[in-house]
Amino acid sequence: MTRRERANLRNGLLFAAPFIVGFLAVYLYPLVMTMVYSLQRYNVIKPPVWVGLANYRELLVEDPRFWTALYNTVYFTVLSVPLGLALALGLAMLLSLKVRGQAVYRTIFFLPTIVPVVASAVLWMWVFNPQSGLLNGTLQEFFGIEGPGWMADEHWSKPALILMSFWTVGGAMVIFLAGLADVPQSLYEVADIDGAGPFRRFWNVTLPMVTPVILFNLVIGLINGFQYFTQVYVMTNGRGEPVGSTMFYALYLYRNSFYYLNMGYGSAMAWIMFLIILSATLAVMLSSKRWVHYHGE
Amino acid sequence: MASKRLKTFASHTVLIAASLLFIAPFAWMLSTSLKHESRIFAKPGEPPQWIPTTDRLDEQGRPLVTYRGKTAAKLQRMESGKTLLEVDAQRVEADEEEFESQQRLGLHWQNYVEAFQIINFPRSLKNSLFVCFSVVIGTLMSCSLVAYSFSRIEWPGRNFCFVLVLATMMIPYQVMLIPLFVLYKNLGWTGSFKPLIMPAFLGTPFYIFLLRQFFMGIPQDLSAAARIDGCSEFGIYARIVLPLSKPALATTALFTFLFEWGDFLNPLVFLQDDRQYTLALALQQFQSQHESLWGPLMAMSTVITLPIILLFFLTQKTFIQGITLTGLKG
Repeated sequence: MTRRERANLRNGLLFAAPFIVGFLAVYLYPLVMTMVYSLQRYNVIKPPVWVGLANYRELLVEDPRFWTALYNTVYFTVLSVPLGLALALGLAMLLSLKVRGQAVYRTIFFLPTIVPVVASAVLWMWVFNPQSGLLNGTLQEFFGIEGPGWMADEHWSKPALILMSFWTVGGAMVIFLAGLADVPQSLYEVADIDGAGPFRRFWNVTLPMVTPVILFNLVIGLINGFQYFTQVYVMTNGRGEPVGSTMFYALYLYRNSFYYLNMGYGSAMAWIMFLIILSATLAVMLSSKRWVHYHGE
Repeated sequence: MASKRLKTFASHTVLIAASLLFIAPFAWMLSTSLKHESRIFAKPGEPPQWIPTTDRLDEQGRPLVTYRGKTAAKLQRMESGKTLLEVDAQRVEADEEEFESQQRLGLHWQNYVEAFQIINFPRSLKNSLFVCFSVVIGTLMSCSLVAYSFSRIEWPGRNFCFVLVLATMMIPYQVMLIPLFVLYKNLGWTGSFKPLIMPAFLGTPFYIFLLRQFFMGIPQDLSAAARIDGCSEFGIYARIVLPLSKPALATTALFTFLFEWGDFLNPLVFLQDDRQYTLALALQQFQSQHESLWGPLMAMSTVITLPIILLFFLTQKTFIQGITLTGLKG
């Protein structure tokens, strides 16, 4: 090793030291410890007791609330992510028509995404208020429909949360907008020469060209969907009511860990969550070979 | 030509309609935050009221009503269920349906005062700002150093380390939360700001990634020339690379601030004493204790949201660039 190489190694390690320490202390160690705790009964106060796979068995076999939480989370993610993406793409396509005032519209659609989640959750609780909220008031005023109880009604609470999630499609929209700008104009010209109508232009040019962006947004959406927490915590005061209809996976994990101080149980939930997210992401990535079209291929 | 104009018209119609839907919750928040409690809850069948109003009063402080096309003063409710009105210096008894109360614009700023008292606004604001700025400083320092190592220094193992950065981005935070809690508790850190701030000084994978991508774009010749001139590695980092990376550093600072300002899970888990509550946590606590004080609740939500919106308008370019950059290259 030359002096230069030795100096480089030393400097490289020194500059990277924060991450090396951080990786060991706040990523690797916790990851391993979650595994260890998941095999124990542990409430922080008393020393942990080994229980083997009991936590996992209890979760999967004896705890119906676990399955409810999983069902709620999957229900929410499977509906809110694709619908939200379609909405974001639709808005981005409208904006990419180079309409006047594009920047103003873009700002309007984007603003909700930066509102602190606690504030937007409190706000939407009020929008959903069955008697005096904006939503039911507007439904009554314009359509003469008597709106449901939304967050107060077990059948409407998840649709309400999905509806609320559409308010923040602006982030995905901005990314789509950049993706659309990258579509070569020549492709549209060729399509026009071939006599393609608007629908074919969309289906054969626009859509394939933005599939990489769809993939990216889909993966992010899946990961975030599974970790959906703050909104439900704020809106149901951490209870996941009514009738457990908004008991989401991350909320149930939090309750077990920090409310009942059942750290072992919570850790087992965390590992199962990790595996689910990992396999869902992998499945999407593997499937993407069939539907994602990369430039220049 | 006509079809093009029609298309423009159609897209504007849809965009305006969509814009109204997106703005409506904001407007509703602002409107409610300025309403008196008596105006917040709608009577059955009443349409949503957008403009906060209050009763018009005459010089003697009596509410004014419109009665048979004339302005009248409301005096009192009779035992018979009728209301005593004074019209043109004469007194009449009228049924509820016969008159309508007169309204004028009335902004109830008291909601803000009430909200500020309930959550101890100066204290929560101070906590939020302290945490936000500490985390921004920590993130900028640590992530730029690490990114420098991964992009500007050739050393064996750096690619492996960089793969670790990418891998850690994929781990859901909840998976690490419990051991972190135990760790911080054993260190005696829970109930202080340390669990919120200290990890920032150990680098955040996402921003390491962002900064590395940016640093890679700076010509390596600059470093080589500086080395020949006898400049130390830290000198190159501080005097050449950092000054050239202001846009990427600004994006990092902005996004970090934004995330910390709104962060809820960490304060919820790690803070114990309400004297340390950040604004986001204080608002949630407020909401859980006073569920129907919608006026003050909306006032507080407005106050938490406003700085972020101002920040957005001040830094719009950095913002949108940052989103597309991280989004597309991620």
